[in-house]
Amino acid sequence: MMDQHREAFKEEAYELLAELETSLLELEERPDDEELIGRVFRAMHTIKGSGAMFGFDDIAAFTHQVETVFDLVRNGKIAVTKKLVNVTLAARDQIKAMLDASTGGESVDAGAAEEIIAELKSLSPAAETASTAGAQKAGKSQDTSQQTSLPVTYRIRFEPDRGLFARGTNPITLVNELGELGACKVVAQMCNLPRLDEIDPESCYIFWDVILTTAQGIDAIKDVFIFVEDDCELKIEVIDTGGHLGHDGDYKKLGEILVERGDLTHEAMEKILSQQKRFGEIAVETGLVEADRIASALVEQQHVKEVRQERQSQETASSIRVPAEKLDILVNLVGELVTVQARLSQTSAGRRDAELMSIAEEVERLTAELRDNALNIRMLPIGSTFSKFKRLVRDLSNELGKKVEMETAGAETELDKTVIEKLNDPLVHLIRNSIDHGIELPDVREAAGKPGQGTVHLAAVHSGDSVLITIRDDGAGLDKEAIRTKAIEKGLIPAAADLSEKEIFNLIFAPGFSTAKKVSSVSGRGVGMDVVKRAIDALRGSIDITSKHGDGTTITVKIPLTLAIIESLLVRIGADRFLLPLSLVDECVELTRADVEKAHGRNLATVRDHMVPYIPLRERFDIKGETPDIEQIVITKVDGMRVGVVVDHVIGEHQTVIKSLGRAYKNVDAISGATILGDGAVALILDIPQLVHDVEMERAWDGRR
Amino acid sequence: MGKTIMTADDSASVRQMVSFTLKQSGYEVIEAVDGKDALQKLGGQKVDMLITDLNMPNLDGIGLIKGARALPACKFIPIVMLTTESQDSKKQEGKAAGATGWIVKPFKPEQLLSVVKKVLG
Repeated sequence: MMDQHREAFKEEAYELLAELETSLLELEERPDDEELIGRVFRAMHTIKGSGAMFGFDDIAAFTHQVETVFDLVRNGKIAVTKKLVNVTLAARDQIKAMLDASTGGESVDAGAAEEIIAELKSLSPAAETASTAGAQKAGKSQDTSQQTSLPVTYRIRFEPDRGLFARGTNPITLVNELGELGACKVVAQMCNLPRLDEIDPESCYIFWDVILTTAQGIDAIKDVFIFVEDDCELKIEVIDTGGHLGHDGDYKKLGEILVERGDLTHEAMEKILSQQKRFGEIAVETGLVEADRIASALVEQQHVKEVRQERQSQETASSIRVPAEKLDILVNLVGELVTVQARLSQTSAGRRDAELMSIAEEVERLTAELRDNALNIRMLPIGSTFSKFKRLVRDLSNELGKKVEMETAGAETELDKTVIEKLNDPLVHLIRNSIDHGIELPDVREAAGKPGQGTVHLAAVHSGDSVLITIRDDGAGLDKEAIRTKAIEKGLIPAAADLSEKEIFNLIFAPGFSTAKKVSSVSGRGVGMDVVKRAIDALRGSIDITSKHGDGTTITVKIPLTLAIIESLLVRIGADRFLLPLSLVDECVELTRADVEKAHGRNLATVRDHMVPYIPLRERFDIKGETPDIEQIVITKVDGMRVGVVVDHVIGEHQTVIKSLGRAYKNVDAISGATILGDGAVALILDIPQLVHDVEMERAWDGRR
Repeated sequence: MGKTIMTADDSASVRQMVSFTLKQSGYEVIEAVDGKDALQKLGGQKVDMLITDLNMPNLDGIGLIKGARALPACKFIPIVMLTTESQDSKKQEGKAAGATGWIVKPFKPEQLLSVVKKVLG
């Protein structure tokens, strides 16, 4: 980009030099032509200004000397002589030579340049040639070195002149700019406002008091006002240095602030103090100082107090340690409370007692808040687990003679403590698998055109009420055919089974499956992946594999944020009630008897022109009784696929405290737990992914027979 | 909607650089080759800010600032002048004419943008 501008400048400079030549020659004829002198001056001026901008510093410095002389000519201080024109023409040639040199021409004769400069200087009165290169302040505010010192609190009074608006300055942008420097409080002072009929709307009557706490130093503040400082009253004072606090964090009294600001004389303060009322009230009552100014001073007092308080609280402990069991007990109690609250809501709704209902609503709101807070306390960043894995990867790769680097992202993602604990083992398994089976030996990798060092990428990210954990490696990827052959060998699938890629990949989670040709000490004992799958299922999570042979494998584990309480949809079939995790529910649609007949027993519904397969729960769970004329399909999303679940009625959303079913029901598929409803009855929580999976597998087998 | 900024400069390379920098940051840019041209274009359309060189043929920067401030639409817009070194007298003259601020040449694109942000908010 810069090159392009440099080219543009050079082109322009050549043009200007040509013009300069003609102007100079004409000037020789008509030495008094002011128009011509102006033209010469401007040409020099542009070459100098633009040259410096695009990095032609030598040209800029040289041209500056010529320009200085012509500035004098322009102001009538020296006259145009033949000698001047000669020297200037020489200077013009010199500039051209310098330009040529920058494009690879012959290098310039530095001696010639000096000679020209010396001659130019001899032409002008000595006093006028003093360099005018002075301080260059404007537009450099961002160059101010960032000071990382302690935050200091400043009191800034910005009192612009009336004509501020006429120069196109918007005071609000200045005040906002201050706000970008740090915490600030702004009080607009309106005591100078005249009566409405005397107001000139194009004048600025307001002035501002700003209390600003910033670590960027006073120069940064001054820079904000750089364009207006000459025309306004600007007072910047340090009122709190940010150092260590003394024995108390108290700030000055109101009266002292006003005196310091010059809003009140010391005598007046004494006078006020002699009366025994609140200082501010008296000050206003007696008319010694306007109410606005008092308000502003009070804001300062408040601001500094806050800043100091914050510092003090940082100095003392900001967190406490609590044994984890105490939190677990708290969460359990909140769970019980949510259950009781549901009963209260239901009972009060049944009584039709307005007063009781309003109490129940209040309790409901508080319970929800309490629940969120209690669960939030147990949230921990997943990062501590991640760092453990780094060590694992290091040791493992050494043992296996592989070069593996571990990358992590999203270490700050928070998850329930209990979930993180239970997630540890499955993740260890998955990472081991990636390194053992996925990443190849360095020479194999290099032969395949990959870098010798493999990468395992571990990332966690929030997604709705779940956390997605991905483990991605750039190893060999899954070999579909090998998995298939193995699965047939082990009798997991029929030899003729027609399986999708996803189904084949999922086979590695089947019990007793292992594809590694060599059993190492790390993995390959065939107990890895099915254990992982079960552990993730126990957390109500799901696991998903994508892989490309030769490029690597990505395993995505989706885990709910918490295990204790979920939002769910309460439905009814006959007299039984069930719960579906709300996170999986997409929508609910009606299913009429006519629809069922039209489908000819295929369990497919058409929803907005898309076919959605459904599972009739009444049939599947063998619940007796008549189906109503209109049933409901709850459409859920499982692994990116929409599947409906048919129920009699949808009752509504429900805060579900999850209770496990206990050891006896451990092998019950499609049910992940139970909860106690408001009326004391037990409702089962459906494990939708498992349910869908079961139905699919049955279909697959049926289809093959 | 992007704000419109006019750059008035007789140096094509400066104009190009200013225009390029501003456009990259999402501003609309109108170019004018001197004060007279700028004033003419200002009369025809709404501009949110004006960046002008001081030394220009036909009508110089000071004249342009005075002329622009006389136009109702430009009475309160920010006007920034480009000056060389620290021509303090020029700065004062410019401010008296109604300039909001100044940028000292040579400047870098970031400096230009920080000043634009400062006065345009």
